[in-house]
Amino acid sequence: MATTDPGTEGGSGFVLRGVVQEKQGTRVLDGLDVTLPGGEVTALVGPSGAGKTSLLRLLNRLDDPTAGTVLFRGRPVAGYPVRELRRRVGFVFQAPVMFPGTVADNLRAAVALAGPGEAPVAADERWVAGLLESVELDPAYAPRDTEHLSGGEKQRVALARALATRPEVLLLDEPTAALDPEVAERLMSTIVRVAADSGRTVVMVTHRLAEARDFTTHTVMMEAGRLVEAGPTRALFERATHERTRAYLASA
Amino acid sequence: MLATLALAAAGDPTTLDVSWLDLGLAGALVLAAMGISAWQRLGLGRGFAIGAVRATVQLVVVGYVLVYVFAADRWWLVLLALAVMLAAAAQASTGRVGAPRRVVLPVTGTAMLVGAGLTLAYVDAVVLRPGQWYDPRYLIPLFGMIVGNAMNGAALAAERLTSEMESRRGEIEAYLALGATPARAAAEPTRRALTAALIPAVNALMVVGLVTLPGMMTGQILAGASPLLAVRYQIVVMFMLTGAVALTSALVVLGYRKRFFTAAEQLRPGGPA
Repeated sequence: MATTDPGTEGGSGFVLRGVVQEKQGTRVLDGLDVTLPGGEVTALVGPSGAGKTSLLRLLNRLDDPTAGTVLFRGRPVAGYPVRELRRRVGFVFQAPVMFPGTVADNLRAAVALAGPGEAPVAADERWVAGLLESVELDPAYAPRDTEHLSGGEKQRVALARALATRPEVLLLDEPTAALDPEVAERLMSTIVRVAADSGRTVVMVTHRLAEARDFTTHTVMMEAGRLVEAGPTRALFERATHERTRAYLASA
Repeated sequence: MLATLALAAAGDPTTLDVSWLDLGLAGALVLAAMGISAWQRLGLGRGFAIGAVRATVQLVVVGYVLVYVFAADRWWLVLLALAVMLAAAAQASTGRVGAPRRVVLPVTGTAMLVGAGLTLAYVDAVVLRPGQWYDPRYLIPLFGMIVGNAMNGAALAAERLTSEMESRRGEIEAYLALGATPARAAAEPTRRALTAALIPAVNALMVVGLVTLPGMMTGQILAGASPLLAVRYQIVVMFMLTGAVALTSALVVLGYRKRFFTAAEQLRPGGPA
């Protein structure tokens, strides 16, 4: 990669070099070289099977690659204590998993996991309310049982829970896939605002190309486990270099 | 669920003898089962025939082995007999777990060795205190019951943990992604697996004497022991089995849970290894 490398110094970005990932004998990432710049909202796009989710899962070490290196702030992710890395690099899953109990219980669980002496905040009512407001949920939701929330509300709680450890990076795996377009769009603007407020790095897998176009600053186009091209979102959508990218993005 | 080995009063003069002819007459009851199978075309007749012969041969062989072990009166021979029982039970504990035997067997085997072994040692050294610590008349039947129950507990715990870890992958990864330890991430599967293993032990305590008359107690009474003594033995046995099941299941869950995670605290994609 000849580009300047915002992943190496200062910014909380990622650099992947020669990353190969094999799952049950299939190569899902096939020698991937890519930079995910710090402080930007990056969309990972590409057809199904491109390896987008597989890539995302390497960034906070939910998986390790078969070969190659993943650098976070210029240091291999394997060099960080894994739990510390995961608290600094939050992850929101496609299908939100609620822990048993109330909305507040879910947010407090994230802090309680930090272990004694490591808890970054006092998880009091004000803190819960603040966290809920940051994801545009009414603080009145705090005592509600998560079982009775809608899909969009659950995803907002999952987002707030991921933010509870104050991560530098937020990874999102198709966070709006299960939502109605309208609900999805409102959630996206929340995510982008949360990122913009804090200068946080966001990396998001999405199949909704309009979402990538309208809400992200950087786009990475992948296909068959390889990088096709990457660059500022607007540039990529307006004049992609590769025919494959043009064809894929044209469906937006 | 309880093994049916008589504990006390072997060779009591009041015990009725069972001759080979008597055994043959008892076999008529198996013929009844075979008749029912033939009548409803269940195809179980062959199974009953082979089963009856196997049961007879196995028990007679065990009888002669026990006669030999009792007569030899050597501590190492008693321990060898216990080891064989443990090995057989450990093998059987891996059957329906839903994971490869090479993964499950070291876990359930170790848990049963420690759980059953400690329980037997406690009952022998603290509760019953026979004149000779390795008296096979106590150790072998007691260990038979302990190991049988520990085996069931181990198998239930392992089977349930396998299925809970699989069905809760999303929840477990959600915890891991927040920086949780594997133990915390798998807390709910752990609780459910342990509960599944322990509920039969609780139930057994609840219904004993009302719904079930344990085989050991029945056997002692048949062999001429006082029912009151038989009851006391049975109480010891029930408590002993409760402890053995709890200890073994807990060890299984703790040992087995680790197998689902990599050294980097990732949930293994292909299940335990």
